Amino acid sequence: MSLRRPAKNQPENFEFSSSSLEAAKSIVAKYPEGKQQSAVMALLYIAQKQNDNWIPLAAMKYIAKFLDMPYIKVYEVATFYSMYNLSPVGKYFIQVCTTTPCMIRGANKLVEACKEKISENESVLSNDKSCSWMEVECLGACVNAPMMQINDEYYEDLDKEKTLKILDKILNGEKPTPGSYRGRINNEPENNRKTLMDFKNA
Amino acid sequence: MLKDKDRIFQNLYNDLGPDLTSSQKRGDWVNTKEITDKGRDWIINEIKDSQLRGRGGAGFPTGLKWSFAPKEIGTRPHYLVINGDESEPGTCKDRDILRFEPHKLIEGCLIASYAIQAHVCYIYIRGEYFVDGQKLQAAIDEAYKKNLLGKNAAGTGWDLDIYIHYGAGAYICGEETALLESIEGKKGQPRLKPPFPALIGLYGCPTIINNVETIAVVPTILRRGGKWFASLGREKNTGTKIFCISGNVNNPCNVEEEMNISLKELIEVHAGGVIGGWDNLQAVIPGGSSMPLIPKDKCETLTMDFDSLMAEKSGLGTAGVVVINKDQDIIKCMARIARFYKHESCGQCTPCREGSGWMWRMLERMAKGEASKDEIDMLGDVTKQIEGHTICAFGEGSSWPVQGLLRHFKDEIKKRNKFDPIVKENKNIPYLVDQHLLDKNA
Repeated sequence: MSLRRPAKNQPENFEFSSSSLEAAKSIVAKYPEGKQQSAVMALLYIAQKQNDNWIPLAAMKYIAKFLDMPYIKVYEVATFYSMYNLSPVGKYFIQVCTTTPCMIRGANKLVEACKEKISENESVLSNDKSCSWMEVECLGACVNAPMMQINDEYYEDLDKEKTLKILDKILNGEKPTPGSYRGRINNEPENNRKTLMDFKNA
Repeated sequence: MLKDKDRIFQNLYNDLGPDLTSSQKRGDWVNTKEITDKGRDWIINEIKDSQLRGRGGAGFPTGLKWSFAPKEIGTRPHYLVINGDESEPGTCKDRDILRFEPHKLIEGCLIASYAIQAHVCYIYIRGEYFVDGQKLQAAIDEAYKKNLLGKNAAGTGWDLDIYIHYGAGAYICGEETALLESIEGKKGQPRLKPPFPALIGLYGCPTIINNVETIAVVPTILRRGGKWFASLGREKNTGTKIFCISGNVNNPCNVEEEMNISLKELIEVHAGGVIGGWDNLQAVIPGGSSMPLIPKDKCETLTMDFDSLMAEKSGLGTAGVVVINKDQDIIKCMARIARFYKHESCGQCTPCREGSGWMWRMLERMAKGEASKDEIDMLGDVTKQIEGHTICAFGEGSSWPVQGLLRHFKDEIKKRNKFDPIVKENKNIPYLVDQHLLDKNA
């Protein structure tokens, strides 16, 4: 288990914007009547997107009322799942996978790059307050190791140099292209493909 | 090597495009009505004949699982839930199905829903795969537009709605009952079984839960026949499987191969060999991080299927092959896996919540050579006390890799950790309250 605590400085109020409200309503409609609690995970996610990548306690209270469920149940869910940020993170939130398959291909070099460019310790904002990074568990792109996630996108087949370049771009406010950084196509064995060759050349 | 025409996932590397038109060219959605017209019993029997086993890790026979669903819809509706919470370190096969072969999955959902009489299907996708989930959503929208979903889906006369539910970064939600809790909007803590989800599952209704890959191969099996699928691989371990080969290999990749393929062929032919040559191989984790590792000498002859790996005291799991060469510190690798399990334990059962942390801390010290001799057996003892004493299989999943390390690399640990136990050192350590008992002059 990991210990997760809400931030000390909390905003007083939270309310869904009109676009969030619309998205929330369409999500509640996915579930059977009376089972609106099912939507809590998606709603927390919407709140996180709306509130610069983190969820304040006020948002949990708001969602509890919205779904007609006890506040403690929302709090439980928000503290259980690791993708909900309970304290402010950067506008660019960088997650470096360091679980064994990435580790043995040099994920620690990516961590070094983050330490150099962003901040010495994880979950600390960069000097210009735009980025933060943290180590996370397996992100499920093991054949593209080592890799990292920036907001929703995956950046794969990295090494230290490439990571530094990506971070430079982000610190300059540009959006680097996601995907493989060794030029390979998806999950194929690069330069060594032996299967489905008819389609490759088609 | 498996012939290309026998590969189910023709678009594994996205050469052809994941959209509906190109999927139809590959044979998806071609005669779905003909399949469902043959009836539920035919579908379930054909799947039983194919001997398809679940691709999510446990390898439970799929046809048998479907037959557990009640034969008639009672007062409670039936649900089909697809498990796409792929989080096992070493595994990334479902992601490729979601983004490159979504229509195989969607058509599979329709056929499976028809077979178990579900009108609603939830696809649970891990939160990190948000972009891939959006690609699946686009495919679902496309299917709705062409009347392949919704009322009278694909002309079969069956109504089906498919919804995506995103997870939020909890490995344990890949456990089927934790996944149901998560869909219900609760913490993902597994339920006690029985009652099994086939009778009391999502919202207390009969629910069948299958892995993404399991459902995605169903339409092809029914088109080409259970006999065709059963002719691949060997008895009880039939068909094809997507293997994910990662770690210290020259060309890490996903590849669809026949069950019972030799491990050496997978690594040497498809993944371009071990970095530093075959002799530089140290160990292989054959089925995702929860399966015990296998040392090099056994890798020579190993074949990859459920039963032959079971015989080696390991398992096929999700077929995520992690290759570890001699440049790596094997104890450190396992310590990192132990840290993963410590982080992901849901905290419901004490042996797992506390024990996963113990294992991690002990292994970290062993990697540094700071442990005492007696701790090696103590670590084995801890794993035995977790295994089998928890609600779900996470206990086994977290203790098996450590047991595998102790089974095959005990000498390595012993070589590094030579301290005598603290009690024998006769040191003045304040927290050892019984120190007076060691006083030889007493």
